[in-house]
Amino acid sequence: MAVKVIKDQCISCGACVSSCPFGAIIMQDDKAEITDACTACGACVDTCPVKTIIREEEKKEVAMDKNEYKNVWVFIEVAEGTPRNVSLELLGEGRKLADAMGQKLAGVLIGDGVEGLAKDIFANGADQVYLVESAELKHYSTDGYTGVLTDLIHTYKPSVILLGATNDGRDLGPRVACRVGTGLTADCTDLGIDAETGLVAWTRPAFGGNIMATILCPDHRPQMGTVRPSVFKKPQPDSTKSGEIIRVASKVNPKDIRTKLVEVIKVCTASCNLEEAEIIVSGGRGMCKPENFSLIEELANVLGGAVGASRAAVDAGWKPALHQVGQTGKTVGPKIYFACGISGAIQHIAGMSSSDIIIAINKDADAPIFRMADYGIVGDVMEVLPILTEEFKKIKQG
Amino acid sequence: MNIVVCVKQVPDTTEVKIDPVTNTLIRQGVPSIVNPFDKNAVEAALQLKEKHGGKVTVLSMGPGQAKDALKECLAMGADEAILVTDRAFGGADTLATSYTLAAAINKIGNFDMVLCGKQAIDGDTAQVGPEIAEHLGIAQVTYAAKVDFDGEVVRVEREHEDGYEVLEVKLPVVITTVKSINEPRYPTVKGTMKANRAQIAEWTKADLVVEEPRLGLKGSPTQVRKIFTPKARTQGLLINKDTAREAVAELIAKLTEAKIV
Repeated sequence: MAVKVIKDQCISCGACVSSCPFGAIIMQDDKAEITDACTACGACVDTCPVKTIIREEEKKEVAMDKNEYKNVWVFIEVAEGTPRNVSLELLGEGRKLADAMGQKLAGVLIGDGVEGLAKDIFANGADQVYLVESAELKHYSTDGYTGVLTDLIHTYKPSVILLGATNDGRDLGPRVACRVGTGLTADCTDLGIDAETGLVAWTRPAFGGNIMATILCPDHRPQMGTVRPSVFKKPQPDSTKSGEIIRVASKVNPKDIRTKLVEVIKVCTASCNLEEAEIIVSGGRGMCKPENFSLIEELANVLGGAVGASRAAVDAGWKPALHQVGQTGKTVGPKIYFACGISGAIQHIAGMSSSDIIIAINKDADAPIFRMADYGIVGDVMEVLPILTEEFKKIKQG
Repeated sequence: MNIVVCVKQVPDTTEVKIDPVTNTLIRQGVPSIVNPFDKNAVEAALQLKEKHGGKVTVLSMGPGQAKDALKECLAMGADEAILVTDRAFGGADTLATSYTLAAAINKIGNFDMVLCGKQAIDGDTAQVGPEIAEHLGIAQVTYAAKVDFDGEVVRVEREHEDGYEVLEVKLPVVITTVKSINEPRYPTVKGTMKANRAQIAEWTKADLVVEEPRLGLKGSPTQVRKIFTPKARTQGLLINKDTAREAVAELIAKLTEAKIV
């Protein structure tokens, strides 16, 4: 596709210039001119008051026979012997896509001694499980897992592959997509089927969450995407369901794995798994000193949630970087996000604005965080937090 | 150790505002900066060079103005800067971008390590680093929070959901860096003056060994279907009571009413 301006109809209003998210339109000789930064997103097409910007389909050489590619796959990421929540969430979403496309849903299970997990994958909606087991696949490695997944793609030709947007998912996805020469959309927060083309419509935030983009992969297969954890609900498992296990031998040679895992340093338990947490309690500069973070931890503990921190709190050394939420930290989307003593700088908001419910506690009634919080308490966090913890404790016991 | 650092010039997305009337992005007056994570990659490269010798080359793909970003990296202490720029590279997604950058890295040649920031703050894809590694056919380690080299093996602490993995890998390797790896240095006055005088090489598609259909928009499997502004969050209920206990009671009541707890 390419975006073009019909120059003699351009009225020089400049509306398109400001509408372009990529800054790719300039006014030259009083006419709009599309520059090379254009990604053909079409934002200007809708803005132009005289409809003089058009998007043309460009004929592409067909790279592959798309009809050969069928079924929806979900890469099952295993952590400490169980599938990560995001993999189950994706089985739920994958089921919807597969049903809409009239195709099968398969889980791709790679590891060592993981066959027992197949029943969970069927219970969560898959029709099939591709099972690849081998000693050198016990832990994730870029080379090992890329080799296995690429071999599976070449042999079984799936139409769609979903991966969790975890550190491993975002390590594996691009390596595989590049090897098979297809498109990959990163960190999606919404999935659907594009009505016009029947393709998967991958929607994701960009520009620090300021805009959303819907991406298609029209001419290449498989269509691949990584999906942000906790955006979708886990399906209700049905343990009576079963399916077909397709066991495939690994062709990976241990010497092909160029990275050697020498140690796993578990810094934290559930408290810093922010990506998968349903509830996050975060503290910022308003916590005043590191000791006060124990108030945050107690509330998180009672709620079974993770502990987050603003950049200010991390920079002050009150919490390790793994807990940082925001533009230069982690992007999270829990069901409930508590912002305690966090003013709500745009960098922080970029990392948590997709939370379902935001509850803010801050002593400054004018703090920006209140402008986007569903519930706000104006007050001293040091006073509010212990009472809040106590009340939630009562509810839990109640 | 010869290191190539890939950097991107990005709009400072924290300065981006939304026009309340048209609901579109206002880009005017938004400053262009070096992607923050890429500065961590430059700093990591400079530290490795200080210990082990060698050369640090910064590489960027983008329009002519991206030279400003490269100059900033030179001012930090990088030895050489190269801009790959061509109309044919425009509109590239991560696959086409990484293909072009990998071709430029091959032209630079004689490299031991490629460093990239974990992701760029405008696109946030985190895909270009691993895809460069794949195009080059070398190992990769993403989300590095610590990188050490003992003369033979690179030891990386890789950030993970539950902590860190310590990985060992031989050169050549592509490594992407997180923010906590270091604190990027500020350019010195001397460095800035030197950077201003420095010649930045400009390479076009004619300078690279590339296949035309794999470049830019044409070489991009993904296409942007539409762009829209997310529904803005609005202020909800603000509880302002005399005591913390009253405020909490009100919050719990409201949460219960909304069936959140």
